[in-house]
Amino acid sequence: MDIIRPGTQIDFMKYRKAAFALSAVLIVISLVAVFVRGLNYGIDFTGGTEIQVAFSETVKTDEVRSAIGPIGLANATIQSIGEDGDNEFLIRTPTEGDSGDDTVQQIEGALRDTFGEEKVDIRRVDMVGAAVSQDLKQKGFLSLFYAGIGILIYIWWRFQLGYSVGAILALAHDVIITVGVFAIAGREISLPVIAALLAIVGYSLNDTIVIYDRIRENIKKAAGSFGFSSLLDSSISQTLSRTLITSTTTFVVVLALFLFGGSVINNFAFAIMVGLIVGTYSSIFIASPILLFFRREKK
Amino acid sequence: MDKFKLKGLLILAVLVVGILFAAPSFFGSKEVPEGWIGPKEKIKLGLDLQGGMHLVLRVVADKAVESRMNSTASDLKAQMVKQRIHYSSVSPESPELLRVVLRVPDDYGKLADLIRSGYPYLQEVDRSSKGGAMTVDYRISAREAATIRSQAVEQALETVRNRIDQFGVSEPSIIPQGDERIVLQLPGVTDPDRAKDLLKNTAILEFKLVDEEHSVQDALRGDVPSGSYVAYMKEGNQPILLQDRAVLTGDLLDDARMRIQSTYNEPYVEISFSREGGRIFERVTSENTGKRLAILLDGKVYSAPVIREAISGGKAIIEGRFTDAEASDLAIILRAGSLPAPVEILEERTVGPSLGRDSIYQGFLSMIIGGLVVVAFMLVYYRFSGLIADLALIVNIVLILGALAVLGATLTLPGLAGIVLTIGMAVDANVLVYERIKEELRLGRTAKMAVDAGYKNALSTILDANITTLIAAIVLFQFGTGPIQGFAVTLSIGIVASLFTVLVLCRWIQEWLVNYQKIERISI
Repeated sequence: MDIIRPGTQIDFMKYRKAAFALSAVLIVISLVAVFVRGLNYGIDFTGGTEIQVAFSETVKTDEVRSAIGPIGLANATIQSIGEDGDNEFLIRTPTEGDSGDDTVQQIEGALRDTFGEEKVDIRRVDMVGAAVSQDLKQKGFLSLFYAGIGILIYIWWRFQLGYSVGAILALAHDVIITVGVFAIAGREISLPVIAALLAIVGYSLNDTIVIYDRIRENIKKAAGSFGFSSLLDSSISQTLSRTLITSTTTFVVVLALFLFGGSVINNFAFAIMVGLIVGTYSSIFIASPILLFFRREKK
Repeated sequence: MDKFKLKGLLILAVLVVGILFAAPSFFGSKEVPEGWIGPKEKIKLGLDLQGGMHLVLRVVADKAVESRMNSTASDLKAQMVKQRIHYSSVSPESPELLRVVLRVPDDYGKLADLIRSGYPYLQEVDRSSKGGAMTVDYRISAREAATIRSQAVEQALETVRNRIDQFGVSEPSIIPQGDERIVLQLPGVTDPDRAKDLLKNTAILEFKLVDEEHSVQDALRGDVPSGSYVAYMKEGNQPILLQDRAVLTGDLLDDARMRIQSTYNEPYVEISFSREGGRIFERVTSENTGKRLAILLDGKVYSAPVIREAISGGKAIIEGRFTDAEASDLAIILRAGSLPAPVEILEERTVGPSLGRDSIYQGFLSMIIGGLVVVAFMLVYYRFSGLIADLALIVNIVLILGALAVLGATLTLPGLAGIVLTIGMAVDANVLVYERIKEELRLGRTAKMAVDAGYKNALSTILDANITTLIAAIVLFQFGTGPIQGFAVTLSIGIVASLFTVLVLCRWIQEWLVNYQKIERISI
């Protein structure tokens, strides 16, 4: 069984200008979204208190709001999560200073007083003070930075500089667009999402490297003169069925996580889904055509 | 025996070891049955899966410096009276600065001698005379302050450990982080508020003289003499008039133990002071023999015995018709209870048991659904070779679980997601190899040649692709915390395991098929 008929050669390079234009537009939209709409940072990075609570009777968002109104938290973000019958809510408030411990106890107390001790199930409490959120923010960005450096060095060592630049540009492309989608969708950037971005970095590279390896191999085989552009086309075409199969199997499992994995890792799964799609596209249409620039300069 | 068979045996050995280590975890919360020959360690579940509490505490160590300066101030006052140094006030101006105002500036020489001999950690920073009085400012030396701070954190760590032990948490993890922080992992804590109260309680121990010159009744009516206040006994809540100033505090205590008085078989608590504490205690008791000394914990008076004689040697006893349990509890509070400085909670992450159970269920549900789709796809697309890949996938998961158990790593919810991702990714190596084999077959190679070339040509690609992901995972482990590290761990183990299952296990099976079973057509 074959998805791509053997011997198929698709002229990917013919579309490279269109692809560059598309990517440029997507990146601009992403950057505008990030800088204009802003990113919805979770409490991991802003500091704050987040309480996930489930009630054993029907409770409406407004009732939760009026329950915590008297303790001065009427402006808290209250979000109904899960399915309709779950009566589950996410209450979030910002925290001033290093410790928001009092806020946690106040909210819990107010909910128990209003709805009754037995009807309130505090499922999760996350309280992050300012000092810790600063640390987490710094570590999160440092980790993306160091992963980029480490990968750059590895590819540089294994391939030539041109490949390395192509791979890193494709990575930046993937991360920027994924973050842009988060900004547009208003989804929350939390610690697991940073982990997902790093996973995207790994996977996007995976695809790129498979194609690069084939390009390098084909260059070795094709002793003498050859058209570099058509060599790129045939390299991508030869690996296309693998690219599609792996992307599909990975996408399927992440989709399962997204649909059935629960609220805690929903954003994580979403980030990887977006990153997979963008990453697969970029290894074909961005990472590979970039090599053309380096090739031309040498001639 | 040839190399090929030896390789087969090695693979079998890895498989058996993997299964042995993975097996105990399948019993879930049940005990591993008697007679199980393998290891018994199960995979540790993270707090986000089993429920529990993660706390980051900060010890406010500056408070420890402050309280040391306070006790130094009162000690200094007494010494100055003894040596006839005429002062009008001794007061801490900031946590690190002590201001002495001398009524007679000529006494400065004596003061300087006293400081040099008795309080070498105080450094004079400023001196000025005004209207016949002299003001001298002393700063605690940076080294002494740093020592007090680090001791405060160390002692707080010890105290927190003791308290958690008393609280009865199974397998807690309590580790220091940076200069002032303590990270606690408390699995299975069902009452987070009680746990937090237990930790935040400073339980500061103080010794104060009872004001016996004035009447408690007058004070209760509102006529409180200056320098005194009304406190209440812990038992019975009777009022008692105490001097404001603590003559001694808990940070100068070394130890507290329950002892049994041999003649009457009555329990009491013996406390041992540090050297400085012992000196202060000896002075206080010699100057106040016959008076009552109150022992307070967080402002509550535990007892107020009469001082019978000056006590040297740095030991004191607290008696008060205790039962054995009461005496033992008091000793625990004194020993473990005194936090040298207050703590504040910088970060709290609590997952209730219901969410933990849901997360495990949802994690495994996605794993099974995703896994089944992938298994079915491989079977349909690659037929018999797909079956081999599916076998490799199952072995892969067993090896990940076994490795988690043997490394003592913690399985978190993102860690479960990492395993799910590995399922999607693990087949990638198979796909790379199979696509190569197909290409070779199309070129008209024999089955044997195609298998050889397929694995050989795909090798460097597979390694490159996986090593870069491994780099990302290692960086993630380095910078991540708790649950995120769990993701990095399963991702890394998954990568290594998939390299083994594809490049060693699958290759062996297919080589066996073409070389030993003389299969001429590969079902792929």
